[in-house]
Amino acid sequence: MALCQKYNLPYKMQEFLFFILAIICVGAVLAMILTKNPAYSALWLVLAFLGIAGIFGLLDAPFIAAIQIIIYAGAIMVLFIFVIMMIDVRKGLSPEKKKWTLFLSGFLGLVLLFELITAATGVFSQLKTVGTENIGSPAGLGRLLFTDFLYPFEITSVLIIAALVGAIVLAKKKENE
Amino acid sequence: MTDLFWLIPFFPILSTFILAVFGTKLPKKYISLQACFAVFASFAVSLISFLGLLKTGPEQLPLLKTLFSWITAGKFQIAFSLQFDSLTAVMTLIVSGVGFIIHVYSIGYMAKDKSYARFFTYMNLFTFSMLMLVMSSNLVLMFVGWEGVGLCSYLLIGFWYEKHSASNAGMKAFIVNRIGDAGFLLAILFLFVHIGSVEFTAINQAISGNMITAGFATLVGILLFVGATGKSAQIPLYVWLPDAMEGPTPVSALIHAATMVTAGVYMVARMNMLYSLSTTAGNIVALVGALTAVFAASMALTQNDIKRVLAYSTISQLGYMFIGCGVGAYAAGIFHLYTHAFFKSLLFLAAGSVMHALSGELNMQKMGGLKKYLPRTYYPFLIGAIAIAGIPFLSGFFSKDAILTSAYAQGNYLVWALGILGAVMTAFYMFRLIFMTFHGKERLEPEAKKHLHESPPVMTLPLAVLAFFAVVAGYVSLPAVFGKNLDWFGRFLEPVIHGHAHHISLGMEWLLIFISVAVAVLGIFIAYVFYISKTHLPSQLAQKFPFLYRLLFNKYYVDEAYNALFIQPAVKGSELVYKHFDLKVIDGAVNGAGKSANAVGKLLSFLQTGFIKDYALIFLVGAILLLGYLLF
Amino acid sequence: MIPTSYFIVLSALLFVLGIVAFFVKKDLITQFLSIEVMLNAGNLAFIAFAKAHGLIEGQIIVFFIITVAAAEAAVGLAIILLIYKQKKTIKSEDVNLMKG
Repeated sequence: MALCQKYNLPYKMQEFLFFILAIICVGAVLAMILTKNPAYSALWLVLAFLGIAGIFGLLDAPFIAAIQIIIYAGAIMVLFIFVIMMIDVRKGLSPEKKKWTLFLSGFLGLVLLFELITAATGVFSQLKTVGTENIGSPAGLGRLLFTDFLYPFEITSVLIIAALVGAIVLAKKKENE
Repeated sequence: MTDLFWLIPFFPILSTFILAVFGTKLPKKYISLQACFAVFASFAVSLISFLGLLKTGPEQLPLLKTLFSWITAGKFQIAFSLQFDSLTAVMTLIVSGVGFIIHVYSIGYMAKDKSYARFFTYMNLFTFSMLMLVMSSNLVLMFVGWEGVGLCSYLLIGFWYEKHSASNAGMKAFIVNRIGDAGFLLAILFLFVHIGSVEFTAINQAISGNMITAGFATLVGILLFVGATGKSAQIPLYVWLPDAMEGPTPVSALIHAATMVTAGVYMVARMNMLYSLSTTAGNIVALVGALTAVFAASMALTQNDIKRVLAYSTISQLGYMFIGCGVGAYAAGIFHLYTHAFFKSLLFLAAGSVMHALSGELNMQKMGGLKKYLPRTYYPFLIGAIAIAGIPFLSGFFSKDAILTSAYAQGNYLVWALGILGAVMTAFYMFRLIFMTFHGKERLEPEAKKHLHESPPVMTLPLAVLAFFAVVAGYVSLPAVFGKNLDWFGRFLEPVIHGHAHHISLGMEWLLIFISVAVAVLGIFIAYVFYISKTHLPSQLAQKFPFLYRLLFNKYYVDEAYNALFIQPAVKGSELVYKHFDLKVIDGAVNGAGKSANAVGKLLSFLQTGFIKDYALIFLVGAILLLGYLLF
Repeated sequence: MIPTSYFIVLSALLFVLGIVAFFVKKDLITQFLSIEVMLNAGNLAFIAFAKAHGLIEGQIIVFFIITVAAAEAAVGLAIILLIYKQKKTIKSEDVNLMKG
């Protein structure tokens, strides 16, 4: 709430922002699905991630919003676009052979959506909302990361090194080729 | 300083790990240096702890050190704990001291072997296991050391595994020892079930608290002794030791003379409180020991293989140690163990030096007259032979005399007489060995004579050191006839050994000493007549008593009898079972299980399309169903 | 304050859209992108509940998820490149080496 309080946003304004951002997200993802070219899909997804980052901002998570933009919308998506540029993606893409999986997945998706919302409403009835205090300050997050979550934090660095080495080994040209 | 005693086994195991991992990459010089240093470090710590022990009051004994809790399963609690008392001190000093000398000797003996690192790895591992055996404070940990030395013995006897006879001898040693180990294990289990602990202190407390009946003590005592007959090569399980001579000579010296084979004697001495409850078990121990002493000595009379003579001699001497333990003179038994370690490892190493000089020749009929070529081997050998024969003022005399006197004092005249008989034979075969090898006509192969050379100092120096100890080691325990309170060794062991000595008059003791000296001289004299002055006599005798000669020469056909009685039926039975049960029932079941799994797999593999979307779809359906189940 | 349920519904919607996208798309790259959408939907739910409970741990989890996602993207894309090198295609229907 702190962020909204800081800029003194009235509730109506917040709600308005939320709906705008939600429409951007959903719309961008739909566009991603409908675009044929993977490069455009990736760009649409960047927009969706930006929208999600905005929602994170509404939810008192400025730090997470920042890394969402920097790492997700920035670094990871750039990586995707690089790979898309290295691959001739449109080559040999033929229409879907098994049409029935499309309908099946759509149907299953609706069932899942229904289930998820039911589950969520079950949770809301028990939820005690306390979210008035300032929870998302980067300072608090950093303090927790280097105290209670120190080991997981250090282990992630090992994970990233492993992923780095793995990606290099997988993607580099073999010497005998 | 005494609380550092737990470091004693640490050095050899550390060295073992280093040599096992990096051994092939290290230079030979470093390997030998490290291996010897590790054992020497153990020896140094043993010495320090021993000196500390002298200052420690008896009420603090034994010193205990629990390193960690090893096995915890309900009531069954085993700690990995070591102890140090006077018996342990004697054993660790022997094991690490004699072991160190033999390690040094091995540098020269094994110099040209291609598996140099492997040899020293095994030697260090062996030293570690033996130290664990004598230092553990409970029977289970002792059993670990016991099996450890058995394993190392197997590895070292079969060290030259390219040689078929060597690998077979290794297996024989291993399997024969298993039979004994079964007895030992049963004894441990009986003790645990009855007392609820396998710690030596707890067992001794239970015995002093009259928790154990004489019958139970007899049962456990005999089972323990079955274990001892395996490891210490007594009747009927001695058959592995002569064959164990297939290993390198330092191994024969280390394992089959000085250390491993004494494990059984040590174990009986360690459990002396139990044996003191049961005269039956004690008598069995003494009788088996005496019979073994005579039986093995008689087999040594006709052998022509220099190492086999020494092997039978070892069996015979171990018999003497068991006589000591059996008649309640545990200190005398341990005393003989201690002197025997010196003179027998001396004899083995000297025999190894002879073999080294003759390019590996073992047959004494192809030796003779070596005295002038190998003086630095001859004199230590002679000292060793005099010591083992029981000539006064050398170590073997004091210890053998202590055992025989105790046997007589306890009233066990049969055992005493057998011991005297064994002593004649001991003197005879030892000097037969000396005369055939070093004196008389040269019967060398011309090829061997060309390469004849004295061994390098790294081999002769250990001989000199051991010869020195073979002379003086006995002076720590003099018989009562030389004055009161000269039995320093026995008094040192007193806190551990609870046996009560029988006393006999001084005159009687003089008589016994005279008899044992006389028979020793007699044995040497017969050997002199047979092999120096009238060399035609042995073959004449052999012709006159062909049956007896062949019986002795073929070692009473015991190996053949065991082969016919146990091995062949086992082999035949196994073949039968293999043909009818293994091939049909077990293989059928295993193949059937494999085939049915294969069929089910084929049936189910249609689900595995290899398409990522199909997997995702199945996954999604699963997630929806699971969520639905949780919600509704 | 906006009710938490709004965010959760949005999260569920995005998640299902991700699933549908995974099945609709034919090339491995876009399918991989759809997985990222699903991850983000999960993140959104975490943040929303963190806010509702007033607990910062939810945000820490999201932090770790983003880190792992970065690692996963690097390795995943390397694998896709490798598949492309060998098969000259990234159509997921053409890759069924694991067929039993």
